[in-house]
Amino acid sequence: MMTGIFSLVSASLFVTMGAVDVAFTEAAVGAGIATLLFLSTLALTSSEESPAVRHSLVSFFVVFLTGAILIYGTIDIPQFGDGSAPVHQHIAERYIKTSPIEIGVPNMVTSVLASYRGYDTLGEVTVIFTAGVAVLILLGRGRREESARQDSANVA
Amino acid sequence: MGHHLVLQVIAKLLIPLILLFALYVQFHGDFGPGGGFQAGVIFASGFILYALIYGIENLRKVVPLDFLRILSSLGLMLYIGTGVAGLLLGGNFLDYNVLGSNPVAGQHLGILLIELGVGITVASVMLQMFYVFARP
Repeated sequence: MMTGIFSLVSASLFVTMGAVDVAFTEAAVGAGIATLLFLSTLALTSSEESPAVRHSLVSFFVVFLTGAILIYGTIDIPQFGDGSAPVHQHIAERYIKTSPIEIGVPNMVTSVLASYRGYDTLGEVTVIFTAGVAVLILLGRGRREESARQDSANVA
Repeated sequence: MGHHLVLQVIAKLLIPLILLFALYVQFHGDFGPGGGFQAGVIFASGFILYALIYGIENLRKVVPLDFLRILSSLGLMLYIGTGVAGLLLGGNFLDYNVLGSNPVAGQHLGILLIELGVGITVASVMLQMFYVFARP
C-alpha cells in the first residue's frame, strides 16, 4: 500500500516537473500494476515469516556500502533546474532543434524514445519479455502438473 | 462471486472505456503523452479488473495463457522485424527513414509499428504475470 501511495505521489511530482510521460508510466505501473502484484504475492505466500537461518554481517556490509556509494554519487548531481547541467548542453539541444524536422512528431519524448533511442527501447522491451518468461518459469505451473490437477479434479 | 452486483455493473461500464483509453494512448502517443508502455499497462489493467470482479477462471477463458505467450513474443518480433525491415530496405537497423516514401513518413510508420510492438508485449507480459501470481 505504501509503495502505491509513494508511486502516486512521485507521479504528481513528475507532473509538476513537466515530465508527463514519466508520470503516466509511474501512475499506471507503480501505483496500479505493482501494487496489485504485491497484493497477489501476499496472497500467494503464507502469513508467517520463516525464521532466518543466520544474520550475515557480510550482506549487511555490502548493502551499507552500496547505499553509501549511491548517496556519495548524488553529491555530484547538478542542482535541479540548472541550465548548465551536462544533460542540457550535450545532445538535448540537437533533439529540440532538429526532431520536429527529422521526425515530425509533436511529442518529442516519443521521437527520442522510439527513434533516436530505438536500440534502448528494444532493450527495455526485451527486458520486459525476459521478466515475463522468468516469472512463467519460476511460478508458472507446468503443463503436466496442470493436466494432472484437472485429472484429479475429474476423478473427484 | 455473484454478490457484488454494483461492482459487476460498474466494471461492465468501465472496462470498454479503459480499453478504449488504452488504444487512444497507444495510437495518440505521437501527439500527446503516452505510448506503448503506458497503453500496454492500461490495456492489461482493464483485463485485470475483469478478473478481479468476475474471477480469474473467466478471464482464462477469454484470454488463454498460451495465447498470451505467443502474443508477448509477437510484440517483440514486431519490434525487431521493423528494425530488420529497415535493414532490408537499405538503411541501418531500426532506421525508419527508408520505410516510407519520404523520411518523415517513414519515421511515422516506424514509430507506430514499434510502439505497437511495445504495447503488445507489455500488455501480454503484465497479464501473464497476473495469471501466474493470482492462483485460483
